[in-house]
Amino acid sequence: MIDIDVRLRRGEFQLDACIRAEVPALALFGPSGCGKSSLLAAVAGLLRPRRGHIVLDGRCLFDAARGIDLDPPARQLGVVFQDARLFPHLDVRGNLLYGARLRGGADPVALAETAALLGLEAHLPRRIDGLSGGEARRVAIGRALLSRPRALLLDEPLTGLHRAARRELLAHLVRLKQELRVPLLLVSHDAEEVAAIADRVALIGDGRIAASLDNAGFRTRHLPRDALHSSTLADTGVDP
Amino acid sequence: MTDWLAPAEWQALALSLKVALVATLAALPPGIALAWWLARRRFVGKPLLETALMLPMILPPVVTGYLLLQWFGNASPVGRLLTALGTPLAFRWSGAALAALVMGLPLLVVTLRTAFEQVDQRLEQAAATLGASPWRVFIGVSLPLARRGLIAGAALTFARAFGEFGATITFVSAIPGQSRTLPVAIYELINQPDGEAGALRLVWVSLAVGLLATLGASLLLARGARARSEPAA
Repeated sequence: MIDIDVRLRRGEFQLDACIRAEVPALALFGPSGCGKSSLLAAVAGLLRPRRGHIVLDGRCLFDAARGIDLDPPARQLGVVFQDARLFPHLDVRGNLLYGARLRGGADPVALAETAALLGLEAHLPRRIDGLSGGEARRVAIGRALLSRPRALLLDEPLTGLHRAARRELLAHLVRLKQELRVPLLLVSHDAEEVAAIADRVALIGDGRIAASLDNAGFRTRHLPRDALHSSTLADTGVDP
Repeated sequence: MTDWLAPAEWQALALSLKVALVATLAALPPGIALAWWLARRRFVGKPLLETALMLPMILPPVVTGYLLLQWFGNASPVGRLLTALGTPLAFRWSGAALAALVMGLPLLVVTLRTAFEQVDQRLEQAAATLGASPWRVFIGVSLPLARRGLIAGAALTFARAFGEFGATITFVSAIPGQSRTLPVAIYELINQPDGEAGALRLVWVSLAVGLLATLGASLLLARGARARSEPAA
């Protein structure tokens, strides 16, 4: 259950976002520059809203009126940034275990399971500057998952990847959602990605939440008919 | 093996190494804290602190030494307190280390501050979302990513401390075994009628130490660079 009602302002730009959703996977969908990444940053505690509140699974993360503003570590959210933000001084294993070590130890079983889930088993000793874009994104997802987050926040997880890497990562994300039952908050301007993952979609435009759709409603409005049978979706094994 | 330097020359070399090492190690905690503070915080009086830190690099060393003598000398309140505690600084090797620290600290702070400023703050944000407190972010991310600046800054500080002359001789004079460091010994030998040969030997020794310190720092830096550019296994 996510309950967001905030006003964000950055320079001239302002976003009023009011969302309530009781689904495992919520997507914020909108064009570049609509403020969806800022909203994700606000949920993560990296950007302070002007007013309002953010409640996740009954836990208040931010409430301007009551003076509540948990710092990012206390929010316990796994954030997967668009630019991955892997630590260059650590190898893949070190990156994966960074959050786990801070939150009560590195469980080898969890590491093995996560590496298997994301297809990273062979990459554990590698340095991160040799990773491809898709591999780096998967390490970032694994690193967030292993920190035992209360929810996973994904910022444009497929953007900038070439076709094969997109397909592969989307399949991993769908599996992750089915197997792990971690609540997902996805930010994206990519309709296919949103349709494959999200149960509910908040459309952002003109500085506010313009509409809220369920998955089927989103598909009919935003996914071209032929896209359902070709391209990335069909290849993930997800039934459109 | 030991007879190519006179005992007094060995003593000066050993003292200088000890003073420089202690000064460098002692400069690290305040140097790291100050560099971080200046790189990441905005506060009232920041330009004042920056200027005060740079003063030892700008002032004639003899002035710094004189000020140290005023503040920490045996006639000063601090000096009397230290003497009462059994740890006077004046005319002791610890005073020489303090002078070397004061002269070397600006180099450490300047170098390390630049390194901290170049650390990508988005990585620090990522660490925070993964559960790291500000202290853990600093220890686990910021400091390792600034390690080249730390190595370079420490090497510069060591070299500066090893070569410190003006502030040292003003503050702690030239007591053999306590404050007669290598540069001070060279200066004295040059002014002795038969000291030319000894001075020359010590000049060679300081060249060797300077080269070794620079070489050591370069090797450490190269190792860091190689580890980063190593092709994936």
